[in-house]
Amino acid sequence: MSEALLEIRGLEVVFDGFRALGGVDLTVGAGELRFLIGPNGAGKTTLIDVITGLTRPASGTVRFAGTELSGQKEHKIVRLGIGRTFQTSVVFEELTVVENLDLAAGFRRPLPTLLRQRRGVSDTVATALDTIGLGHLADRPAGVLSHGQRQWLEIGMLIAQQPRLLLLDEPVAGMSRDERDRTGELLTSIAKDHTVIVVEHDMEFLRRYASQVTVLHEGKVLVEGDVAAVQADPRVQEVYLGRTREEAA
Amino acid sequence: MSDRLRGYTLFASISLLILVVAPLALPAFRLDELAKYLCFAIAALGIGLAWGQGGMLTLGQGVFFGLGGYAMGMYLKLHDAGGDLPDFMVWSGVEKLPALWGPFGNPVVAIGAVIVVPVAIATLLGVLVFRQRVRGAYFAILTQALAAAFVILLVGQQGLTGGTNGLTNFYDVFGRDPEAESTQRGLYFVTAIVLGVLYLGARQLVKSRFGRLLVAVRDGEDRVRFLGYNPATVKTITFAVSAGMAGIAGALFVPVVGIISPSLLGVVPSLELVVAVAVGGRYALAGAILGAVAMNYAKTAFSEEWAGGWLYLQGALFILVMTLAPRGAVGVYQQARDALARRRGDRPPPEPEPAPAVKTPKEVPA
Repeated sequence: MSEALLEIRGLEVVFDGFRALGGVDLTVGAGELRFLIGPNGAGKTTLIDVITGLTRPASGTVRFAGTELSGQKEHKIVRLGIGRTFQTSVVFEELTVVENLDLAAGFRRPLPTLLRQRRGVSDTVATALDTIGLGHLADRPAGVLSHGQRQWLEIGMLIAQQPRLLLLDEPVAGMSRDERDRTGELLTSIAKDHTVIVVEHDMEFLRRYASQVTVLHEGKVLVEGDVAAVQADPRVQEVYLGRTREEAA
Repeated sequence: MSDRLRGYTLFASISLLILVVAPLALPAFRLDELAKYLCFAIAALGIGLAWGQGGMLTLGQGVFFGLGGYAMGMYLKLHDAGGDLPDFMVWSGVEKLPALWGPFGNPVVAIGAVIVVPVAIATLLGVLVFRQRVRGAYFAILTQALAAAFVILLVGQQGLTGGTNGLTNFYDVFGRDPEAESTQRGLYFVTAIVLGVLYLGARQLVKSRFGRLLVAVRDGEDRVRFLGYNPATVKTITFAVSAGMAGIAGALFVPVVGIISPSLLGVVPSLELVVAVAVGGRYALAGAILGAVAMNYAKTAFSEEWAGGWLYLQGALFILVMTLAPRGAVGVYQQARDALARRRGDRPPPEPEPAPAVKTPKEVPA
């Protein structure tokens, strides 16, 4: 593992008196694939929201490649090289698959060049399209895509942004078994040359594709380590046993 | 490709209709009426851009229409006065030309102001409002309030603006008699050509990456932020462009119709424009133009037969379109065309067949 890309120290988030995050420390190294798990309400999405500027922390620091992120606007954080997806996928239904990707790839273009029409497909977009395997739907409006395809398009848009850190919020939620398998492979291939943080609920998915895992519970980091160690940890079992026996087994 | 060809053919035939057939077939009076509709169409085009493409329901385009109109009117008044005070100022007891009027004696400054002033005000408003993430109904109400306030301002400053009467009685429009048939014909051509050029420009904007971005902002402003763009910038630019178009429309309206007054740019005229765009079809630029011309024509035709009835008809039409055909006349046309094409079977089915996304999904034991 090389030097830390993302360093979170003493992060606290309070919503109307409710402490969603109560002093989280998290370090993610460059090139890492990190899974973030925890029961509902553990603060996983809140943590992602803070990193991407959607939620303001009450205290603590979030440093990305040496730059402090808290207080920055969402689009500025994206420009620093952090991309994210959402639990409910939001693709632009009126635009075609290629246009969606092209939009994601184009944010570094100076504004005047945006006034030109897109001619053909840029290399970045072609690569992203190839990675997510939606080439055959390239010129269809994104509105016709299935749930799984939308999630892949979102991931493709993320790749097209060429971020240094990718944050995926429950990428396999609501997917069929078959779609999960494909998403897992997609994730593995992306993780080869990107730093990725994945928020996930699904324990089976985690066992198959995760290596490093951080467990959040009630707004705090409970355990951190590789999959086997985390699964064996009695505290993790306790947290999950309280919910569903099958998932924790 | 055939879509493209059809677009060119349609544009060419409508240009022919407007630039050749209408001037030959219509009496001078009707041609002047048409020129007025085309002025409204220019403002409607801006609304189509801001509302249809950008999702900004602007209920106060009359303000920008008025700013353009007054800039032009002020120049014409000063030109007519020939160094003296404009007539209405004399009647109001104004003794010295107000400082605000000074620069408008110069035609270049006045014509520049026609575009620059609306654009500047829209930009200022956009920066203030869009950065604070004011949108939807709040933005609509804000623009409407602006239109109401602007009218109050104009009416209250009798000596400066001509009050309720506005600016009228122009005797010399760029060296020509505004009542002469040749002048009206010339103004008609200028208006038609300006509309055509602005339409092509707006179309280019919509098709460009910026246009795609604008649609994305309309459909998912928050998501766009996470693509690294600032939606406030995109919206401000578009709003400013639409304001500039309204300004040009107002400036052309003044010599064509011969008056600019508060009653032409308040809340009601602003709403009428939006209704026209909705009826024509807000998601297509051509729909905005079609709506403005058709609705204003209908207004004139109907009012000649049954004065006062138009308001009811217009309201009913708006409700009908919003509930039954939210994409307007253009949407109805597109639906009919697609249905016809499907029946003939010369088009692929709209639903894609599900296909594997990642090649050879390997079965990994869980």
